[in-house]
Amino acid sequence: MLAQQLINGITLGGIYAVVALGYTMVFGVLDIINMAHGEVVMFGAFAGMLLASGLGAPLWAVFAGAVIAAGALGYLLELLSLRPLRRRRVTAKLAPLISTIGVSILLENVALKLFGPGNHPFKTPLSDMKFSLAGVDIYLVQMVILGISLMLAAALYLWLYRTKEGLSLRAVAEDSEIASILGVNIDRAITITVVTASMAGGAAGVLIGMAYSNVSTQMGVSIGLKGLAIIIFGGMGSVGGAVAGGLILGLAETLIAAYWDSGYRDAAAFFIITLVLLVRPQGLFGRDAAAMRH
Amino acid sequence: MELMKRFVLIVLLILSTCKGSPPVDENKPRQPAAQTIKIGVIAALTGSASAYGRSIVNGFELAAKEINSKGGITLELIIEDSAGRQEQALSAAQKLINSNMVAAILGPTLSTEMRVVGPLAVTNGVPILATSNTAAGITQIGRFVFRNSMPETIGTPLSIQMARDKYNIKKAAIIYGDDDVFTKSGFDTMKATAERLGITITTIEKFQKGQADYSAQLTKIKADAPDAILCSALFNEGAVILQQARKLGIDVPVIGGNGFNSPKIIELAGQAAEGLIVATPWFSGKPDKRVQDFVAAYKAAYGTEPDQFAAQAYDGLYLMDEAIRRSGTSEREKVRDALASIKDFDGVMGRFSFDADRDVVMAPLVIIVKDGRFQLFN
Repeated sequence: MLAQQLINGITLGGIYAVVALGYTMVFGVLDIINMAHGEVVMFGAFAGMLLASGLGAPLWAVFAGAVIAAGALGYLLELLSLRPLRRRRVTAKLAPLISTIGVSILLENVALKLFGPGNHPFKTPLSDMKFSLAGVDIYLVQMVILGISLMLAAALYLWLYRTKEGLSLRAVAEDSEIASILGVNIDRAITITVVTASMAGGAAGVLIGMAYSNVSTQMGVSIGLKGLAIIIFGGMGSVGGAVAGGLILGLAETLIAAYWDSGYRDAAAFFIITLVLLVRPQGLFGRDAAAMRH
Repeated sequence: MELMKRFVLIVLLILSTCKGSPPVDENKPRQPAAQTIKIGVIAALTGSASAYGRSIVNGFELAAKEINSKGGITLELIIEDSAGRQEQALSAAQKLINSNMVAAILGPTLSTEMRVVGPLAVTNGVPILATSNTAAGITQIGRFVFRNSMPETIGTPLSIQMARDKYNIKKAAIIYGDDDVFTKSGFDTMKATAERLGITITTIEKFQKGQADYSAQLTKIKADAPDAILCSALFNEGAVILQQARKLGIDVPVIGGNGFNSPKIIELAGQAAEGLIVATPWFSGKPDKRVQDFVAAYKAAYGTEPDQFAAQAYDGLYLMDEAIRRSGTSEREKVRDALASIKDFDGVMGRFSFDADRDVVMAPLVIIVKDGRFQLFN
C-alpha cells in the first residue's frame, strides 16, 4: 500500500507545485500575492473541461485551450486590477492584494453563473489508462502530471535565470525604478509575468481535472489556499521552493490520511508547515529576511 | 389660532374614522379575498452547497406558482441566500423576521445552518420548516421548528439492512465528511447500524467539503478488502468518491447516506454510480399521478428531473399553504398550531404526518442504481 500511497502523494504534490509556481512568479517580480490565482486555475480547468467533456478534443487541444483562456484572463487581471493602481501611484502594499481579492470573488461568482453549481465531470480518454508495476497501479494521468509539473518548473527556472527576458523581470523585482531607468519596460515585464503565471495556472487546472475527473467553481478557493501556503513554506519567489513545497505538502497530506487519520489531513499538513517556518522563517528555499528587504 | 387648529384636526380625525369603517356584511365569509402572505426562504444559492439550494428554490417556486394560480391566498416568497454558511443564514433570518415580517420561514438548506437559525426562530415565535435538514435533533431545537425531510435515522438503517441481507455483507468500510452536521449524523447512524447488525467496520475514513482527491482514503479502504462501503456524503463529493473508488478497482456495493439520493449522482458519476444503494423518501419513478405530474411540470420548467431536495421543498410549501389555509391567517402562532396539527398529508413524497416532536412520520423506500437509473431495490 505504501508504494500506491506514495504515487497518490506525488500526483497531488505535482499539482500543488504547478499552482504554487504561478504564485511564486508573480510574487517574485511584483512583490504582491495574486489572490485571484486560484480562480484563474479554476477558469483554466473549466475551459479544459468544456473542450474535453463537451467537444471530446484531444489532450493537446485541451491544454492549449485552457492555457490560452487562463492567459487571457491573466492579461485582463493585470490590465484592469493591477495597472490602474500603478498608474495612480498607489503606494500602499495592500492595495493590489485587495484588488486581486476582489477579482477572485468576481471570477468565482461569474463562474457560478456561467457553469452552474456543483461538480462537472472532466472526461479524457487518458483518465482510465493504467499499467501495473510490481502490484502497484499507475495511471498514465499521474505520469503526465508529474512530467508536466517538472517540465514547467524547469522551463520557468531557465527562463527566469538564463534568458535576457528573465533578467529584466528579476531587475524589476529588485528595483522597478532603476530597472526602468536602465531601459526595462516595466508594464511589459509585469504583463509578461502575470500572463505567464496565469498560463501555468491554466495548465494546473487541466491537471486537476484529469487527476480527479471533476472540476467545480469552488475549487479555486481551496487550491489557492494550498498554493499560498506552499510558497510561504517553500520560500516566497523561489521556483525550487514551489516545487519542493508542493511535493512535500502533497506527500504529507496523503501519508497522514493513509497512516494516521484522514480527518487531520489538512491540520497536520499545516502544522508541519508552521514547524518548518518556526525554524526557517524565510521558508525552505527563501532568501533570509534581511536580503528580502534588499 | 391654536384652538382653531386643534378643532380642524379633531374634525378631520372624525371624518377619517367614519370613512374608514366599511359597511358590515353578515353574509360574507371571514376569509379575506386575495390575501398576500409573505414566506421567507433561506437557501444556499452560492457556495459549496449551492447545488442543493438551487433544487430547493426550484421546488418552492414551482409550488408557489401552482398555489397562486389556484386563487384564494397568494404566497409571496422572499428568497435569501445563505451561501451554506451559519453567519449568513443567521443574518438572512434576522432580516426575514424583523424587516420583511414573514409569516413563516422555509429552510435553511443545511442542518449546520439550522443550528443557529432555529433558536432565533423559536425566540421570535416564527414557524420554520426545514425541507432538507436530515441530522438528528433538528426539531428538538424548539416548538416552532418543523421538518419534512426524512432524518437519516429512518432511511439509512433500512438500506444497510436490506443490502446486508442481499449481499451477505460481513465487513464494511465507512467514509464520511467530518465537517458537516448532516454527513456526521449520517455517519453516527451508519456506525450504530453496522454494530447492531454485527457488521465489522474495517476502517473509518474522513474527508472535508469540496475535497477533490480521495485517493489516500480509498487506497487504505481497498487494502482491507471490505464487502461494502458505507458512505455519508452529499452528492457532490459522493459522485467523486464513487468515481475514484471504481477507478481504483473497488467494485463492492456502496451504501450511501441520504445525500446520495439525487439523479445528479448518476449524471456526475456515470458508470461509477452502478450498484449504489440509498434509502429515499422520494422516488421519481413511482407510478402515482401526483408524482408523475410533478416530475413533468418540473422537467418542463427547469429541464432536469426533480431530485429529493426539489420534491421535499415542493411538498414543504404545500404543507405551509395547508397550514395557512387551515388557520385562515398569517399570524405566526396560529400558523404554527395549524402546521403541528397536519396528519396524513398526501404529497409527492407519499403520505406525510408530523409527530409530537414536529418531526417526520413516513415510510422510506430503498433504491439502487441499475442501468443508469434508480430502481426499486429488493
